[in-house]
Parts: sequence; C-alpha cells; structure tokens
Amino acid sequence: MTELTMRGKTAIVGVGATPYTKRGESLPQLPMELAAKALLAACADAGLSVHDVDGFALYSMGFDTSLFAQWLGIDVRFTGMLTGGGGGAAGSVGLAAAAIVSGQADCVASIMTLQQAASRFGASYAPRGKPGATYSAPPSPEGSFIQPSGLMGPGQMFAVLAQRHMHLYGTRREDFAEVAISTRNNAIRRPTALMQHELTLDAYFDARMIADPLCLFDFCLECDGAVAVITMSAERARDCRQRPVYIAASANGGAGRWGQAITWFGMPDEYFASSGHRPVAADAYRMAGIGPADVDVALLYDHFTPMVIMQLEDYGFAPIGEGGRFVADGNIRWPSGSLPVNTHGGNLSEAYIIGMTHVKEAVEQLRGTAINQVDGAEVALVTGGPASIPVSNLILHS
Amino acid sequence: MQGVPPADIIQLMPTVWTEPFWQATAEHRLVLPRCTECGEYRFPPTPFCGSCSAQTVEWIEHDGRGTIYSFTVIRHAVIPDVRDALPFVAAVVELPGTGGCRLVGNVVGVRPEEVRIGHDVAIDWYDVREGETVPVFRLR
Ligand SMILES: [Zn+2]
Repeated sequence: MTELTMRGKTAIVGVGATPYTKRGESLPQLPMELAAKALLAACADAGLSVHDVDGFALYSMGFDTSLFAQWLGIDVRFTGMLTGGGGGAAGSVGLAAAAIVSGQADCVASIMTLQQAASRFGASYAPRGKPGATYSAPPSPEGSFIQPSGLMGPGQMFAVLAQRHMHLYGTRREDFAEVAISTRNNAIRRPTALMQHELTLDAYFDARMIADPLCLFDFCLECDGAVAVITMSAERARDCRQRPVYIAASANGGAGRWGQAITWFGMPDEYFASSGHRPVAADAYRMAGIGPADVDVALLYDHFTPMVIMQLEDYGFAPIGEGGRFVADGNIRWPSGSLPVNTHGGNLSEAYIIGMTHVKEAVEQLRGTAINQVDGAEVALVTGGPASIPVSNLILHS
Repeated sequence: MQGVPPADIIQLMPTVWTEPFWQATAEHRLVLPRCTECGEYRFPPTPFCGSCSAQTVEWIEHDGRGTIYSFTVIRHAVIPDVRDALPFVAAVVELPGTGGCRLVGNVVGVRPEEVRIGHDVAIDWYDVREGETVPVFRLR
C-alpha cells in the first residue's frame, strides 16, 4: 500500500513580518492591514507577487479572508483554518502543505496578526461585560464549573498545571527562571525583540507573583504585529529566491481526554501535568521519519515558561518529569546547549504573535541566516501552543 | 465570605445536562452524574459517556470530601472587580470513589501560603445569589 504522507512534498518559500510593538502601539493601523504588510514582506522575501498567492491557511480564529482577498486582489482557491486557538500556530503551515499536496492550491499563506490594544488575552475567561473583560468568551455551560473560582486568565490556569508538575517531579522555580533567562539572552541580541534588558536570577525572584507558582517573567508579552509564511510545492519552491525550507511533517490534534485542557482540568493523571503534545509529537516524528535526537533547534511555543519544560518532555528531549533538570543543566542555551530553544527570544522576550515568530525563526535557522544561528542546523521543530485541542507542530529541514 | 471572588462576577449557565448539579448545590448538596450503562462518572456533566457513548445518567450523592489535586494562588487582578478579594486560592479537588472526578473551587478559611497539593478538604458552599450556590473547600 502506498504511504499517504506530505513528507518532503512542500517547502516554505517566504517569511515576512511587520515591526513588533508594545500592545496598542500599532494603532491606527488596522489588524488586517498589519497582516497584509506581513504578507507583502513574505512575498518580497520569496520573490513572488502577492497575486501568486492562491490560498490561506489560518488558525486561532484567523481573520476575514474575503475582505483580505478583495483588498489585495487575490484569487482564492483554498481558505481554511485550524479550529481552536494558539495551539494551531505551527499546524497552520501543515494545513497549507495539505492544501498543496492535495492539489487545492499552489501558494498558500499562513498569517497571524495581533493587536492587543483593547482585547487582552490575559482576561480571556473573565466575566463578559465587566470592566477589563473586553475580549472574553461568553459564559458557557462548561465555564460555570471553572469561572466561579476566579480563574479567568490562561496564565492562572497553566499555573495549576505547573504546580502539579512541581509536586510530581520536583521541578523548581529556578527551572522556570532558566527558560525565561535563556530566552531573554537570545532576545537581547536581536533588534526586533521588545525586551532588550538582561534578566538576572535575582530580578526574576524579585518580580511580583501573578498566579503561584508563576511570576511576571513566566508570562509572555502582550504586543502587536503580524507574521506571514508562504508555502509552495517543493518543486516550485526551487524556483523561488530563497533556499527552500522543506516541510518534513506536521500534526495537529490531541487526545480526546486532553480535550478542553485548562478549561476543564479533568485530563487523566498520566498527562495532566503535560503540554498535551504527546500524541502529535509521535505523529510528527513518524511522518518525518526522525526522532528527537535529530532535531538541531527547537522553537517551542512559550506563552508560559513551565509549558516549555513540559514540551521538552513531551517531544522526548528529556524523560517525563526530567524537563526541569534538562533546562537547569544548560541544555536549551544558545549556543552552548545540546538543544538551543527559542533562539529568537520567543513569545517571552521577542514578541508574542501567537507563535508565528517561531516558524519564521525556524526558517531563518535552516537558511543559515538567523542572528543566533545554530551551527549546521538542518532540522527544526516548531510547536503551537499547549492549549485545548488542537495542539500542533511542524518539522522542517534544509 | 473571604477568599472568594465577588459574587457579581460569577455567571452560571445551566443546561439540561448540568441543571441537576446546580439544583443540588443550591440546596448545599453535591451530586455527580454516573453513566447508567457502564457506571463511569463524568464531570462536568455532559450529554454523552466518554467511554460507552450512552446518554442516560443517575445522580449520585457525594459527601464532598476530597484532596487538593493542584491549585494556584491568584495575586493579580486580571479585572478590577477582583482586586479587593486578592489573594485567593483556586484549587482543583479530586473526589475519591468517583474514578477521578475533579471540582474546581476556592479554598477558604486558610492562609494561601498554607495550601498544599494532597491536603484533605471538605466541601462548603458559597451562596452567590438567590438560588445559585457554588462549591468551595475548607481544609479538614
Ligand atoms: Zn458509559
């Protein structure tokens, strides 16, 4: 039987971004205007016209592609979106690849645009209508079992997973600090990064607690900006301006009883204190025909520092429960560590564009043009956010 | 009550599947739905059994004694309305004898620094408005 796979059949040909700013500072530009600027930059990077684009593969509720296509004069052959939220970041590029492999489109853009001027994700589950709750979801039957406790922000909810991880495995706040500090070290070498000051261990421990065991520096940034990524067939990619970055695998989904994850807290004990990525990690490694030892650089969605540690476990870089020790031993540092992580500064210290900066960095690493270049990087892993279903990933190679 | 967010931010939205739970809490009783076909508890109440897909449930009384499975201490006001309640503890409490059902609620009557995973707790009730009560927990 013929193996059905997208492995190696598509490649990322262009990446582009707007400047990243603190939340609200991108005004008066419109969010979709930022998206268009990022797409035009990605087209220029690839040596394409925006009129070559014929598909959209989005995630996290995306934006109105009908109006977008009307603005830019794009004839659309595919417009699809992964369900859910930031979990689909890396997977949106997999959706682009799927559209191309199935012949539905030739040149597909995955785009995220974010403007957190009024809509602050930190209050995602706050009671609608109250001051400060401008973004929140409407009340739901399931939310009635969580919301009365006062849990109303994703960080508070992931803190509950982090606390359990500490209890089970002895993970320490110093380990969370190492994620924050190593990521900051990468950011301060990059002019695009919003955070430009060194973060010391003392400063980490002096920071105010937000939701125990998480302090201010365990949280990602709130900012504005857009990132676009263009995918084409591997064959056509070779005619583009840049060296192609091939898509070896992408998976999205999750275990049924991972489900809504932090908005129900009923996940089985076996993987309650996890990122929810174990099933999609196995799928992606199988599709790519590689294992964790083959990964040269990992761009792991870092909305909250403990979730980086749990992903390191769920992707097999460290045994389950050993992620804290893995980071404490310096393994994720660039350039000295065995697995440099978030060489761009991540959501924590460069910019939070819901994970699309991670895809852009993976492409630059595999082109060999990254600012914090991992020597000889040939394989990159990119992940979408630990979240409710779907979580997702992307394995790229040069 | 101390250690809980203000009542007016709490918005309950019962459905036909969850209403028996909320009717019981209003009477300060805890009931949990158990599949009549395979005997598995499911929580929160849902229209289908995750194991056998059956829909029908029977509502089983529980004494509300459990252990803290995990928790966080909320110290930052995400919205201004909770500022005066800070800090407070939001905990996930596992109920023995239910195959791992977990309730989420505040732990009250304790300094947040004293709360630990594994602590035994007993259910108590926070009457948020006429006919609406949510579970909270006290150390025992
Ligand atoms: Zn059943």
